[in-house]
Amino acid sequence: MARFKGTDTYVASRELEVAVNAAVALQRPLLVKGEPGTGKTVLAHEIAAALGYPLIEWHVKSTTKAQQGLYEYDAVSRLRDGQLGDPRVHDIANYIVRGKLWDAFEADAPVVLLIDEIDKADIEFPNDLLLELDRMQFFVYETRKTVAAKHRPVVIITSNNEKELPDAFLRRCFFHYIRFPDRETMEMIVKAHYPEIRQDLLREALSVFFDIRQVNELKKKPATSELLDWLKLLTIEDMPPEALRSQDAKTAIPPLYGALLKNEQDVHLFERLAFLARRRGQ
Amino acid sequence: MFAPFILALRAAGVPASITEYLSLLRAMKEGVAGFSVDDFYHLSRAALVKDERHLDRFDRVFGEIFKGLESPQGTAPREIPTEWLRKIAEKTLTAEEMAQIEALGGFDALMETLKKRLEEQKGRHQGGSKWIGTGGTSPFGAHGFNPEGVRIGQEESRHRRAVKVWDQRTFRDLDEDEALSSRNMKVALRRLRRFARTGAATELDIAGTIGATARNGGSLDLHMVPERHNAVKVLLLMDIGGSMDDHIRICQELFTAARSEFKHLEYWYFHNCPYERVWRTNRRRKETERPMMEMLRTYGPDWRLVIVGDATMGPYEIIQPGGSVEHWNEESGEVWMNRLTRHFRKAAWLNPIEKDHWRYTQSISIMQRLMENRMHPLTLAGLESMARELAR
Repeated sequence: MARFKGTDTYVASRELEVAVNAAVALQRPLLVKGEPGTGKTVLAHEIAAALGYPLIEWHVKSTTKAQQGLYEYDAVSRLRDGQLGDPRVHDIANYIVRGKLWDAFEADAPVVLLIDEIDKADIEFPNDLLLELDRMQFFVYETRKTVAAKHRPVVIITSNNEKELPDAFLRRCFFHYIRFPDRETMEMIVKAHYPEIRQDLLREALSVFFDIRQVNELKKKPATSELLDWLKLLTIEDMPPEALRSQDAKTAIPPLYGALLKNEQDVHLFERLAFLARRRGQ
Repeated sequence: MFAPFILALRAAGVPASITEYLSLLRAMKEGVAGFSVDDFYHLSRAALVKDERHLDRFDRVFGEIFKGLESPQGTAPREIPTEWLRKIAEKTLTAEEMAQIEALGGFDALMETLKKRLEEQKGRHQGGSKWIGTGGTSPFGAHGFNPEGVRIGQEESRHRRAVKVWDQRTFRDLDEDEALSSRNMKVALRRLRRFARTGAATELDIAGTIGATARNGGSLDLHMVPERHNAVKVLLLMDIGGSMDDHIRICQELFTAARSEFKHLEYWYFHNCPYERVWRTNRRRKETERPMMEMLRTYGPDWRLVIVGDATMGPYEIIQPGGSVEHWNEESGEVWMNRLTRHFRKAAWLNPIEKDHWRYTQSISIMQRLMENRMHPLTLAGLESMARELAR
């Protein structure tokens, strides 16, 4: 059996490995939650890469219906073809558009199916997928045909907690909550992404980053993805580490802060703190 | 095999079901967890807990049930290393205090007590957040030892004991009765949605159009309907100043959440107890003041009234005319509260003080009676129960 381990580009904690392996072994969906920017979506990519399976992504939006993941019946095309006298019109199967789940079920080799941000959809969305995810099969009414999975796909579902998911749905999943990484793990994550980064720059940047996260009043605390963007900017600008160290990080606005602070109120807050610190210093 | 564990989890309020239990057993059989306790902890957590708010409860139950379950001898130290405790102590304690600790029976005894104290605290933690260190008699408080301090030490990875991950209880903040952010609140407030179509007709009414077209004998007859909106109207009265200063942050977050969730939201401030006047802006109170009677006239009984306040004051501020601390009120707060609850049939009081502490304050009991027991704690669970009640 293929086992998931962290890869060169993705640092996985032991608990995450256990959760993923359990989901793979039991062929149950894995529900992943966590602060925005902690790598929920990336996880599916990495699992696919680690297991050597192709990845099928289904990004859910507020307007997405569960049925769209299975198939859609394109009645408008059929009506048009019928009026134009196209012979295709006699076979309804020509107008069934396959959804992502169908693709995943019919694939010849096992795949990883990512259902991204399931909480964005309507509150009934998970309920509508219960049976399909449990049995890994569904029925196409138009053609009276059952589509069953040739190989049960590895299903990864991410949620940002905007809606509560129904209990019946949760009972069928394994669950993992991605915790915010501590400093050591964060260092490993950064190194996995930028192996050539200068150690002194990284150290200073991480100090600034964790100091910023300590400021409690922030509306949106910067997360891993913001840190990676910021580090990239810092390296491109060739920022010397001393520039980060110059003042107490808690009270000064860090250079290129736009990558870390995404909210004008947060920037104001930092400016105010910096101002107070300067006044105190005089 | 782990039936007592599941039962204990359910008793602690983690909704683990048979299905989940069976899938855990199957995963064990498949060898996912291997033979490490640590992996078993991770696996059972992934299989049995489906909501990060329950992670802390899970950790607590796991700790209790599998107490004494250690990894094989020699791989991990059996106790928290004493030299490590000593190291912290040396940093923070004076020689004199060190001597005092020795008098208490030295570090070993201290650690035993610390452990016992921790266990006790697990038991009565629910709802309370009092850590060791509040009581003057606790040896830990006096010397700056508290579990938080110990946890800081645990960040040093060479002492991190794998077996005891759950004892660190890193998920404490996510427990449903504890932390609250405006985001969580929004989710809770969503229960209060009541969709209705009002306003200009901007959407195509498909069913109506088809019906009308069919009746028309096939020629198209378009029908439009207004868009769906959340039609719930909420009147928010917030206590401000005085004892509420401790709760400013949580109230701000509630306010942010409510503002973005409800299209029809009106908010007014009062102090301690609602009397004949409320105001819109605390800073310009005099200019923005409005009589309460106007509130009752402006906002009909279909508005849902939510009062946010700690209801902590002298009892006379509620029951006596002229009892207010800042002005002479002709009628008592009780009269005004009765007026409010009679007018707004759907009303609730949110109290930022922990529920367990309510009964120690007389004014809270009085308010609770005046609100006909519709006072809820300002926690996620409280918000949800309030939303359920108001949505009815």
